[in-house]
Amino acid sequence: MQELSMNLLDIAQNSVAAGSKLTEITVLIDTARRSLVLRIADCGKGMSEETLRRVTDPFYTTRTTRKVGLGLPLFREAAETAGGKMTIRSKEGVGTTVEASFELGNIDLPPLGDVPGSIVNLVQCNPELDFIFRVESDGETFCMDTREIRGILQGVPLSSPEVALFLREYLEEHTENLLKRSNLI
Amino acid sequence: MKSLEELAAIRDRMKNIVNTREADENNIRIAVGMATCGIAAGARPVLNAFTEEIARREVPHVTVTQTGCIGICQYEPVVEVFAPGKDKVTYVKMTPEKVARVVSEHILGGVPVAEYTIGAAQR
Ligand SMILES: Nc1ncnc2c1ncn2[C@@H]1O[C@H](COP(=O)(O)OP(=O)(O)O)[C@@H](O)[C@H]1O
Ligand code: FES
Ligand SMILES: [Mg+2]
Repeated sequence: MQELSMNLLDIAQNSVAAGSKLTEITVLIDTARRSLVLRIADCGKGMSEETLRRVTDPFYTTRTTRKVGLGLPLFREAAETAGGKMTIRSKEGVGTTVEASFELGNIDLPPLGDVPGSIVNLVQCNPELDFIFRVESDGETFCMDTREIRGILQGVPLSSPEVALFLREYLEEHTENLLKRSNLI
Repeated sequence: MKSLEELAAIRDRMKNIVNTREADENNIRIAVGMATCGIAAGARPVLNAFTEEIARREVPHVTVTQTGCIGICQYEPVVEVFAPGKDKVTYVKMTPEKVARVVSEHILGGVPVAEYTIGAAQR
């Protein structure tokens, strides 16, 4: 993937596939610690121990057969080549949290890219599900919760192109300064 | 900076269009392949370009959404257009640049852009 925001979108799609009604996507930037963390936490069906073992087995990172799935291995590879790691916590019937850390300034760190675009894609294509999107960057915070937006929309669906376009511009404006710290190092 | 209050104005303006859109049997559905390979090949900017084009031109009766794996990785980004009473049209190797033409000629004009379809790519 050329951008970490594409991994973010792809990993969040796993949460959607797992039936998560509320998925929280967090971007943490701490320039003093040279740290970038991407976290996707859902309340979907969770993974069986067998699945969890399979997707966390490093052996599978190099095996890219269709049966195994590509999303998690790609995310882990992105983290590990950029001085970080990926962890998965999952419990059947409770949910799954996937977290990847990256070293800011690492020469192999892909750009974050269009994070607002990824968030809006998720919201627009899954208008019946809820998402929380948080950015914490050197102590400054932005948060969007689709439940609040749903309240304002009063029945106009989150899938409406006009709403999606507004949300994209809204997110771009509000997160640009926070997210760009990830490439200032 | 944009505030969520502006969303209320959009809501009021959209209420009429939107209420007819989803229920309408003339609804055209544009579905972008968003499996891992689709995303990696650039599906997201394509979906965003469709959304922008449909929103800016206030085209009624159209929804833009995602679809999963359709098993043709080598042709990603793939876009399927479902129009009532018509055969599905599959566009392959889509780019944001190709979107405006698909919207004006196919979505609004009713004539698919043959050269972007899978049929043309396989020839
Ligand atoms: N959030 C999640 N909740 C439940 N199961 C998950 C989740 N994420 C991943 N999985 C499981 O791990 C598998 C591998 O995921 P991934 O590497 O993204 O490949 P794919 O999505 O193509 O199957 C999935 O098929 C699924 O069984
Ligand atoms: S994995 Fe590529 S189209 Fe399904
Ligand atoms: Mg996946």
